[in-house]
Amino acid sequence: MSARMASRPIGWPRRVVHVGLILVALIFLVLFLLLPLATVFVEAFREGIAPYVAAIRQPEALSAIRLTLIVAVIAVPLNVVFGIAAAWAMTRFEFRGKALLGALIDLPFSVSPVISGLVYVLLFGAQGWFGPWLEAHDIKIIFAVPGLVLATIFITLPFVARELIPLMQSQGSEEEEAARVLGASGWQMFFRVTLPNIRWALLYGVLLCNARAMGEFGAVSVVSGHIRGLTTTIPLEVEMRYNEYDYVGAFAVASLLALLALVTLAVKTLLEWRYGDEIAAHAPGGH
Amino acid sequence: MRRRILPGFGISLGYALAYLGLIVLLPLAALAWKASGIGFEGLLRLLSAPRTLAALRLSLGGALLAALINAVIGLLVGWVLVRYRFPGRRLFDALVDLPFALPTAVAGIALTNLYAPNGWLGAWLEKIGIKVAYTPLGVFVAMVFVGFPFVVRTLQPVLTALERDVEEAAESLGARRWQTFFRVILPMLAPTLLTGFALALARAVGEYGSVIFIAGNIPMHSEIAPLLIVQKLEQFDYAGAAALGVAMLLLSFLLLVSVALLQRWSNRWAERTS
Repeated sequence: MSARMASRPIGWPRRVVHVGLILVALIFLVLFLLLPLATVFVEAFREGIAPYVAAIRQPEALSAIRLTLIVAVIAVPLNVVFGIAAAWAMTRFEFRGKALLGALIDLPFSVSPVISGLVYVLLFGAQGWFGPWLEAHDIKIIFAVPGLVLATIFITLPFVARELIPLMQSQGSEEEEAARVLGASGWQMFFRVTLPNIRWALLYGVLLCNARAMGEFGAVSVVSGHIRGLTTTIPLEVEMRYNEYDYVGAFAVASLLALLALVTLAVKTLLEWRYGDEIAAHAPGGH
Repeated sequence: MRRRILPGFGISLGYALAYLGLIVLLPLAALAWKASGIGFEGLLRLLSAPRTLAALRLSLGGALLAALINAVIGLLVGWVLVRYRFPGRRLFDALVDLPFALPTAVAGIALTNLYAPNGWLGAWLEKIGIKVAYTPLGVFVAMVFVGFPFVVRTLQPVLTALERDVEEAAESLGARRWQTFFRVILPMLAPTLLTGFALALARAVGEYGSVIFIAGNIPMHSEIAPLLIVQKLEQFDYAGAAALGVAMLLLSFLLLVSVALLQRWSNRWAERTS
């Protein structure tokens, strides 16, 4: 591509246009994307390192970190199993209603996070479908950890499936059929053929799924009840501190999430460079 | 044929359906059921309330405008990243995904801090008389931020695959650069551009976390529709919250259907020109 560009003589007016377009694009990226990211760290360290460390070591912050990890550790593996099952069914078999199933898998991306939380309140809240029954059996879902997990599962449900479906579609099933013909059992075929073939795309999906699970705010905020130390994840702790005008505290905790975002971006870019072909063309991830 | 060789059809499909049913369909059924509780008249009264109308207008109008701006800037950035070579290109390319990776609450407080009257950008904009934070303009800025990667990421593969021959043919036939762009390149990109537009739109309509901090949430002025749902929930008006949720889902569904129709029309446009 570049060879062809070089082979064509470029006049200086066009070169000026090129440089101008590049500059406009880069200025936009810096002002609009890089600056907000920089703000987070500048504000977090505004009063120095000691207040930053103190803000993160407060018990509320530590319990928020623990809760965020717990939620992700439950939600992500569940969506991985679902993603593999859905991709297997959709790419290896023909059945009626396949397009509808695909649309259903994508649905959580086009639903407002607030509505994603709301639906669980309507299902399990005090006035919800199962509310009276849950109350009678003394089970708490809304304003408790199970609600946070459910809302997070809903929000991150499409990530793994969406990475795997286009890849497994393009890979086809010849290798798996060969394994079966040669006498492999179902699980042998899965662990020795399918899984190695999809491992990088799977990792890619897990990465995006995890980033979203740990950073989700809207859906989680609706079902959390904001009980400090009990049902506040890191993003909710950020919000509470910000609303209490504890800006250093809010940005300090936010910087942890910003770091997670940077690590996610770095690993994602690395995977794309190194294993681009094995991840396949994919649609951009949503919400 | 295949079905007989490869195992696991029943269990994988059954599991996927059961999971979707429990996680997605059952809760959405609860939403529809609760919403129906306020009846048709109640729904009309809720939707025609000035505060609801103002919030819906801001969420939909802001999202449309933000998606439009994202289509223009996304095309520019995607074009620059695919077509030109410059130092740091890969780094900037990776940066495009930041709004996907950065949690919305973090983006929200960072943008507010940046555009507040005493912020880095806000102070400067204040001097030329532009207020961003705590106004509808702030809502728009946050919506552009969260929707930005969609257009770039949908366009990039298409831009990479775009045949140079057509452009070169147009130019050798004497077309000026801008003519080539508007008559040849843009029609070919239009369907993809619309896909990115629709994704950015869907995201911005329901956006909550990154918007509520910078919006200031002044009723009738800078209050978005998802926030009204949260408020109704806090007042234990479950039926009202559900009805508003259903209304929002229907509205964004209508928007996306119109974009899909537009896309069909632009596909024909692309076929005609190529």
